[in-house]
Amino acid sequence: MKPAPFAYAKAKTLKEAVTLLAKHKDDARLLAGGQSLIATLNMRLSAPDLLIDINGIKNLNGIAKKGKYVEIGALARHAQVEHSDVIAKHAPLITLAMPHIGHPAIRNRGTFGGSIAFADPAAELPACLLALGGEIDIAGPRGKRKVKADAFFKGLFETALRPQEMITTIRIPAADKATRVGFAELARRHGDYAIVGLAASARGNGKGLADVRLAYFGVGDTPVRARKAEAALAAGDVDTAVKALDLDPHDDVQATAKTKKHLAGVLLRRVAKQLMEARG
Amino acid sequence: MSNHAVDISLSVNGERVQKRVDARKTLVDFLRDDLFLTGSHVGCEHGVCGACTVRVDGEIVRGCLMLAAQCDGAKVETIEGLSDSGEVADLQAAFEQRNALQCGFCTPGMLAAAQDLLKRAKKVPSRDEIREHLSGNYCRCTGYHAIVDAVEAVAQGRAKGR
Repeated sequence: MKPAPFAYAKAKTLKEAVTLLAKHKDDARLLAGGQSLIATLNMRLSAPDLLIDINGIKNLNGIAKKGKYVEIGALARHAQVEHSDVIAKHAPLITLAMPHIGHPAIRNRGTFGGSIAFADPAAELPACLLALGGEIDIAGPRGKRKVKADAFFKGLFETALRPQEMITTIRIPAADKATRVGFAELARRHGDYAIVGLAASARGNGKGLADVRLAYFGVGDTPVRARKAEAALAAGDVDTAVKALDLDPHDDVQATAKTKKHLAGVLLRRVAKQLMEARG
Repeated sequence: MSNHAVDISLSVNGERVQKRVDARKTLVDFLRDDLFLTGSHVGCEHGVCGACTVRVDGEIVRGCLMLAAQCDGAKVETIEGLSDSGEVADLQAAFEQRNALQCGFCTPGMLAAAQDLLKRAKKVPSRDEIREHLSGNYCRCTGYHAIVDAVEAVAQGRAKGR
């Protein structure tokens, strides 16, 4: 199918984009990489009056380590992040996750900020951000604000973003010697959205793990943390952690809730192994 | 400024093109309907099948997930350009030789994706790497073994020729 008619505006600055958004609110959509948005336009699942193309805004695609954090510009393309040495060194969980996102041609266009803003519950990056305890910088007509990943994902495709706001930067605590990360997902075909996936981070603590964060995707309306399993894994018992998995997935087109819950346990064992083996 | 029609100026297969396009027109529809470059195919129109794969500023993209309006100032290369220049001649020959196509609908996208892998590869990619790189291009006739065979043969041939 073809999209319904819409108007197109190319924003050259952040201020211009935010001003246009404030003027048109729900009638406008931001166009970043467009790898989800244009698909929904083609299928007429969405029909905005105006697309505000933000790809021409300068200085919104940088990747840099700043103090104890790694900062990723909202317009950084997946391929750019996938091949970034800064990300590999300071945010290795993201490097592990990247090859699972779509395919090379999709990763050449899709943006980091777009994936976070779209908040598909089966997408990799929202879960990674949650596992890493990241933070999102937001710009709007009333200025800038920050939201923690734990407070950002509100519901199905629903985030803390207000209609007239946009993401500018994603901030992730930089990995250090004690940082452990793990990632696994099960999908029917490579590049499909996951049936179930798990992004995890922890800190090595002598022979055990501390500050375990397990962020599942594909098991609810948002990426979700399995907090009881986190505590059990920190206590060192994988079997108990699997039994403690406090997830409540729904049936969907890919699998039943029961299957998803079983697969979540399978992934937990795989990721726990990654977290333990990384013991340096 | 916003408008339903957008003036664009871009390079397509090395030729300068200036057109006014509907804002809603995708790149692949623009190439096919306005420029009559019908080698890029329209399959699923939501980014899954890869039949519309073209190169924009040197990177492969989905022609159905980019608007023509976004291509102002861009350098676009389609299968017509890639084949006319001889860049994919060895891939085309290997696809024919190994029966890596039947109906040919996926072939332009498949060649663009394969060439993208081979021109970046520092060594001969493994069969798994070839499969991974082509995972976003669907073939509904041959299956994939012959396609992987053809790409692998060309990768080995090019490595020897270096």
